[in-house]
Parts: sequence; structure tokens; C-alpha cells
Amino acid sequence: MKKTRTSDIVISVCLYLVLLGFILFLDRTLPATDIALTVLKKGCIYSLVAVSMNLLNGFTGLFSLGQAGFMMIGGYTYAILTIPVEARDSVYQYFNGGIVRFSVPFWVGLIAAGIVAAIFAWLIGLPVLRLKSDYLAIATLGFAEIMRAFFQWDSLGVLTNGSNMLRKYPAFRSTVFPFVTASLCIGIIVLIINSSYGRAFRAIRDDEIAAEAMGINLAKHKRMSFCISSFFAGVGGALLAMYQTSIQAAPFKSAMTYEILLIVVIGGLGSVTGSCIGSFLFIACSEWWLRFLDAETTIGTFRVPLLRSGFRKVVFSVIIMLIVLFAQKGIMGNKEFSVSGIRDWLTKKKQKKEAGA
Amino acid sequence: MDFLSKNLPYLLAGISVGGQYALIAIGYTMVYGILRLINFAHGDIFTVAGLILIYATTILPLYISIPLTLVATVALGYIVERAAYKPLRNAPRMSVMISAIGVSYLLQNLALYITGGLAQTYPAIPFISNTISVGPATTKVVTVITPILTIILVIALMQLIGHTKIGMAMRAVANDFETSRLMGIKVDTVISMTFIIGSFLAAVGSILYFANYPSVIPTSGAMPGLKAFVAAVFGGIGSIPGAVIGAFIIGISENIIKGLGWTTFSDAFTFALLIIVLLVKPTGLFGEKATDKV
Amino acid sequence: MKKLAALAVCAAMSLATVLSASAADTITIGVFEPASGDNGAGGKQETLGVRYANYVQPTVEIDGVEYDVVLNIQDNESSTDKAPTAAVAAADGASVVLGSYGSAVSIAAGDTFLQAGVPAIGITCTNPQVTDGNENYFRICFLDPFQGTVLANYASESFGAKKAYVLTKLGDDYSKGLGYYFTQAFEALGGEVVADDFPEGTADFTSYITTAMNEGCEVIMAPTSIEAAQLIIETAAAQGVTVPLLAGDTWDSNVILAAAEGKDVQIYVTTFYQEGADKEFDAAIKEWINSDSELLAYNGGNDTIAAVTVMGYDAYFTALEAIKNAGSADPADVLAALPSTTYTGVTGQIAFDEVGDAIRDTAFVKVANTETGAWDFVAEQGVQ
Repeated sequence: MKKTRTSDIVISVCLYLVLLGFILFLDRTLPATDIALTVLKKGCIYSLVAVSMNLLNGFTGLFSLGQAGFMMIGGYTYAILTIPVEARDSVYQYFNGGIVRFSVPFWVGLIAAGIVAAIFAWLIGLPVLRLKSDYLAIATLGFAEIMRAFFQWDSLGVLTNGSNMLRKYPAFRSTVFPFVTASLCIGIIVLIINSSYGRAFRAIRDDEIAAEAMGINLAKHKRMSFCISSFFAGVGGALLAMYQTSIQAAPFKSAMTYEILLIVVIGGLGSVTGSCIGSFLFIACSEWWLRFLDAETTIGTFRVPLLRSGFRKVVFSVIIMLIVLFAQKGIMGNKEFSVSGIRDWLTKKKQKKEAGA
Repeated sequence: MDFLSKNLPYLLAGISVGGQYALIAIGYTMVYGILRLINFAHGDIFTVAGLILIYATTILPLYISIPLTLVATVALGYIVERAAYKPLRNAPRMSVMISAIGVSYLLQNLALYITGGLAQTYPAIPFISNTISVGPATTKVVTVITPILTIILVIALMQLIGHTKIGMAMRAVANDFETSRLMGIKVDTVISMTFIIGSFLAAVGSILYFANYPSVIPTSGAMPGLKAFVAAVFGGIGSIPGAVIGAFIIGISENIIKGLGWTTFSDAFTFALLIIVLLVKPTGLFGEKATDKV
Repeated sequence: MKKLAALAVCAAMSLATVLSASAADTITIGVFEPASGDNGAGGKQETLGVRYANYVQPTVEIDGVEYDVVLNIQDNESSTDKAPTAAVAAADGASVVLGSYGSAVSIAAGDTFLQAGVPAIGITCTNPQVTDGNENYFRICFLDPFQGTVLANYASESFGAKKAYVLTKLGDDYSKGLGYYFTQAFEALGGEVVADDFPEGTADFTSYITTAMNEGCEVIMAPTSIEAAQLIIETAAAQGVTVPLLAGDTWDSNVILAAAEGKDVQIYVTTFYQEGADKEFDAAIKEWINSDSELLAYNGGNDTIAAVTVMGYDAYFTALEAIKNAGSADPADVLAALPSTTYTGVTGQIAFDEVGDAIRDTAFVKVANTETGAWDFVAEQGVQ
């Protein structure tokens, strides 16, 4: 492994600050509900969630499909804890104001969201992490579905508001908040990946038996990766709840997990920057750039064929299939977007090709 | 007698649903047995089969539409395998699975686009859509036919796998992909055959299912697909009798749960049952013990 | 490959920018409705009403200047996690936004409209939480507490029911809310309620119907989406259910009629409008729908007018009225003008109370005629 140059770190930090400044600029100049900002916000949140899933699937090699479930737990924890006391009667209108009679500041709620998700992950992990590959996947998927049923259960309504929405909790208005929070969390994940734990995770991914033979405690590290990933999925869920300004269990179904898995793979399994780039592209394409395909358009008297509601999604899924089939390693492969990477690419493009990445 | 009349409908519904799950579950279990691939698109092929019949009956009589649906669904299964899975034969397993999710996404969105998001009403099929009385319960003929037809099809399939050349090849490929290729078995043909059988059974399942619940929306296949997959894992993925028994157990217990008034957890219970079985017997009820190769 | 992809993305972006640029002498009305997902069918019928209104009255006059009214229709996919972006897209450049069918997405989008400063007029979102605490949200329909009470009264008075089976959909605000208000009112009348709910994606309602029969319920109250309704009706008919099925405004759709036709079931719904109440209007809109196969498909294949379509029509004219009163297309002015705006539409007098809800005190009860495949008027019901 090459040592990173100090100048590269400085340039990277500068690049990040430029990006932050750019977002600050957009935030100030564009109207609060401009679609670009909305997409940026959701892109930040999905980046975090995708990176957390990548930690599990791409770096530790644990195939889990429970991400939406942990996001839901995080989102609900945040909402339940932070709804102002005076708003509770109107939110929990069918449950006499619910049983939680206090509220905490938003940042406490955000951290609690992660912690509760991690606790659930620890509990679920105890039995489930013994399973391998596809069995683990289907078991985590199952747990997410079970959790969803519990959160919608009327008997728990005093806590979760049953099938009804939780709302009126503090949310963010600026784009800077999700950007900074998500990048902070992603930064922590990167530090973990580069630590000795991260190396252990990768060893498990590459060869479980060899890793065990080298003295890596499989159960401990798998559980750790599972809990860390769930922690950040929980925080991501809380951010998503803030973004939506209301939260309900219904959308957190397996389709959401598949969506995130698609992002992870399109970005590149085992690439943090890939997941981030993938998230922004995915959200922007599915919710913004392709929207014109849904509207019936007439140029002069010519009615453009095929264009009607739903066409956007067809085009979008065709694009996804093309990427899956023709760019099997995703946008970034397992490489990272970094200053040194770009320099290497510019200076010794040839060598790299020979090395075959 | 009162007990019977009250509880028979639950049992009938459970057996019928179990039969439908079983027909879909076989497709999952066979593909998994050979390719080690969770074919997420299988549930959507089931939906599309339903839509094909609906659109076919608007212009053709039923006795042509039904065979046409079977043929078209089989063709779809074949095309999906050739276009989306075959190019990825040497890619990591995750890529193939993502491709399956992508196909599922594409089929759902195509269905959404074509139907315009409106639920399509399934045509009434003479005889099997009729209502009959079974003892004290009133139900549709199809409810009674489903389990019988399922068992007949499964026995036929077992014969095919046990006693024909292609069946033997399938078992060989499932057992050892590489070696069977070296032995001169045309692996691609075997895989195509697997998808053809799976899609055929899904098409039959779709006719039985939608004759009972005559409304098709783009996500109609998602839940039955997932449940059928759970049934396949439950029974031991790769094992056909396992998948069938798993499907019946899940179908029946799901309806018992509903009968007991725990309707909120009717889906969750299925998954809980699965997790318990996996923990006690990680390869499912009838799964062979897998040995990890270093 | 990657360069190609990048190029394609750039092309898509620039195309989107070109298309979003609109001419100056137009007024945009955003339409925030589901065209896919669970409520796709209902959302499309509602959108159809707005489109028809736009066809009838494509211009509005402000200070002697004639402006073209352009509809900006955005699909919220019936999903609360897709709603914020759809709401942003619908509010973009709009003077006022109409929608949505389905309360959950409206609640989820409420804050977006508030932030954007664009007023929104809910057409048939009946959950109280839509307008509660949101000064930008108005609505022209009655509310679930009212509708639930009407249904409970009707079940008790007309059928003498003492025991009701309430079947709601898990995770659905509308369904749970209406079920809750029905239960409250029905129990207050001395009735007993057996409640069940079904998870999303349920197709097999056999066990639910069996439970209702085993418990000896005298009515089945099923406030669900149209998709589930079709299957519930089918199953009820197959099992020979003789007790009446009750439901709210969502069931007032030609899809339900088609599902019930030729079957031995009784279906009663409460709704906003009775087809045939305004013959001229009915004839005109039917002619328009029949003129284009695309519109016919949009309406679910035939020309039966759903109440939500008529509500969509009225919502559009209410919005125009507010724009005229405001004397400006600026969303802030329209917002200021809305509380005092009144309009007499096809579905009756529309005026807003201090929360922004419509002042409506009657609902129509209709029964599905399984022979003719049409709705028959039963009663006009209010709450004392």
C-alpha cells in the first residue's frame, strides 16, 4: 500500500471545502425548494446510506438486505424522541398524544437514531450472523419486514403512531446540514475502513477461512461491521426523516433496500467515492433529469411518441440494465476517486493499463 | 361440525395459496440449485404472465390465449436468461444478483408503463372461476384444483428430472458445474431448460393465482414471489420436494395466523418462521449439507 | 462507454432545462397526483378532472390581460419518500398546486409547499392532518371524522347493524384514519367492532371474509384503495357474503362497478358527487373523454364519471377564482386570497373555514347496481 502524500491530503481537503462552498453558494442563491437542492439533499443522505451498506457488502463481504429496516428504526427513533411535546397531541391524534412525554434536541435524536439501530443490529446479529451468504441475505430481509410490521402495529401505536405518520419534528432547511453530517459520517467510516479493523473486514471478505487462520475473530468482526453499518444506516434514516419532514413505515420495504444495493453496485462494490457518486447520479436521474419523459410533449403539431407517465421509469431501468451488463464493476470499480489517483491516471496512464487495475 | 365449518375456509385458502407458492417456488429452487442465483425477477415473470393473458384475451378466445400465455412466458424466461444472466456467467455472483434485481425493476416499470398504473382485471375462466361448495364452505373451483394440479405437475417434473437425459444433466450441473462441463454436458442448454421449466410453472401458477384473485398490478408478483422464495429456502433451496412442502406449510400457517386474528403479522410470521428454521437447520428442511471448498 | 454516458447525462440535463423554460404570458398550476403505485388509478381520475377543466377554461383574465393556464402534472408515485421531489417539481413556477389523491403524500408534501410559499388545494385528501398546522394547505372535500360518522350512522340506522367488521390496510393513513373514525362513531352508537388489517401486497382476502362471517358481523367496512377493493369484492362474492360492504370516497370508481357487475354483492359508498346531478356537465365531460382513446384509458376504460374527477374539476375552478380574486399570479397573493375565495361548483358550494378545510355538511350515499353497472343514489346524509 502506498503512503499518501501530505500535499494530496491538503488538495483533497481544499477540494472538499470548494465543494462545501459551492453548496453554500447554491443554498444562498437558489430558492429553498429548487429541485437541484432537493436532489442534492437526498443525494447526500443516500450517499451515507449507500456507503454504510458498502461497508457491509463491499468491504466485509456480508450480504445483508436489511438496510431499509435499519433506516426505518433510525428514522422512527429520531422522530419519536424529537417531536415537540406541544405537538404530540396532534401527531398522535388516535393515541391520546402517545406515551413519550418529553423531547430531546435534534442532535441527540440523530445520535440516538444510530445507537438504537445499532442495538437492534446487535440483537439481530446474534442469531443471524451465523448464516452464510444468501441465507444471511434472506434472513436480514425477513427481519426488516418483521420490524416493519411491528412499527405499524396498532398496539404499539402509543409509541410509533401505528400506520400513521410521525411529523412536526425538527427538520433541516439548508442543504449544508445534510452535506456536512453525511460527509462527517462517511469520514468516520473511511477512517474505520483504513484502520486495522477495516483490514480485518477486508480479510474476511477475501477469504474467511484464511482470515480466521490468521487470528481474526470472525464473529466479533462480523458483528462489529454489522453494528457500525446499521448505526450509520440509522443516522441516514433519521436524516431521511428530516428531509421528508414526515415519516411512515410503509416506504421502508425491500424495494428501498434493492434501490440502495443498486446504487452500491453501480458505484462500485468496495468503493466509498463510487457509492457517493452513484447516489447522486441515481437520485438525480430517477427524480429529476428524466422527469421530462413523463410529460406528453408536442413539438409543433407533432406529438412525441411514447412519452407519457411512466416512461421515465422504463428509460431509467433500461439505463440501469445497460450499466449492470456492460460496466460490471460499476462506475469506480473498487478504486477510489482521489487526488493521487487522478495524478497517477494523468502521469502514468499506460502503466496502469498494463497492471490491469 | 361448527368448528369445521368455521375453520375449513382458512384451511382451504391455505392449501390453495400453498399450491400457488409451490409452482413459483420450483422456479426459484431450480435456478438456485444450478446457478446459485436468487432470481429476483421470477416474481415479475409471474406478473407479466398475468398481463399477457389479460391482453391476449382482449383479441383472442380463451382456448388460444392460455397456450399463448404459456409459450410467451416461457419465451420471456428464456430471453431474460440469455440477455441478462448469460453475459455475466463469469462475473462475481453479486453482479448476477444485481442483474436479476435490474430485470425485476425493468419488468415492473414496463408493466407500469403499459398498464398505465391501473389495475387490470383478469378474465373469468369458465369452470375454474365458478363457485362451488366444499362441505360447509363456499369457494371457487380453482381453490380446489390448484393443489391437485400442483401435485400432478411436481410428480411429472420429478419424473423428468429423475429419468430423462436432460434431467440427469440438470442434476449433474447442479452438483458440479465445472466437472459436468468437462464431461461434455452443454451447460448453457441445461440452464436454459431450467429457466424454461421455471417460467412454464410460473405461468401455470399465475393462471391459477389470478383466476382466484382477478386483479393484476405491476407489483402483484412481488409478494407471492418473495413468499415463494422463502418457501424454497424453508424447504431447503435446490430441493424440489422441499420447495413444495415449504410452500404448503407457509400457505397454510399464514392463513391460520389470519384466522387467529393476528392479521398484522401475517407476512411477518412467514419470515419469522423462515429465520427459526434457518437457525435450527441452516440449509432448510430438506437441504443437503453444503461443504465449503477452500 | 463512460464518456458516452457522461454525454448522455449532459444532453438530458440541457434538454430538461430547455423544456422547463416557459413563456411569460402563462400561469402555471401544479398538479401533484399519483399516476402509479397504490393510488395510481384514483389519482389519474382526479387528474382527468383537472385536465378537463383546463380544456373547458384554458385561460384566466387578470386586470384585463388574458393568460394561458398551463398544467404542470407530476407523479408522486403514491409514495411518501418520492413525494418531496414530486412536490418540488409541481410547485416549480406554479401559482397554486392542486392535489393529491391520498392523504399520506399530501401530508408528506405539506412542508415543501409551505417552504416554497405556494398554496395547495387538496382535492380529495380527507385526513385531518393535511391542513392541520399548515396555512398553505386548503381542501375542498369533507374530512374523515365526518365521513366515518356518516358511514357509522348509516350502518346503524339503515341496516340496524350491531356488529361491524372493519378491514383496513396496514401502513395506510387514509385507511386507518377512516377506520378509526368509523369505529369511534359506531361504538358510540352502541355497536361492536371487529378490526383486522392486511399488509401491502395482500391478494388473498378469503381468510378476512371468513373471519367477518364467523364473527357474525352485519356490515363490512373496508376503507381501502381501489386495488384492494377489487379483490375484496371478488372474494366476498365467491364466498357468498350477504351482508353489505361499506366504504368511503375511494370506492366511488368505475373500477368498483366493473368488479361488482353481475355479482351478488351489496356495496355502499359515501361520496362527494352523484352522477346525474348535473346532466349537462355529465354529458359534456363524457363526450370529451370519449373523444380520445388515451383519455378513456386514463379513466379506466369507460366513461363513468368518478366523484374525484368532478372534484378535480371544481378544484381547478376554485384555483382560478382565487387567482382572479388575488389579481395576480404570484403564489403569495393567491395564498392571501384563498381563505375568502368561494365558488359554486358542480359538487356544491365551496368555502373554506379558518383551518382551510371546506365547509361541507352533506355526503351522498350510493349503492352499486350490479345489474346495470352504475351507481344508484340512496340518500343524502349529514351529521346532526
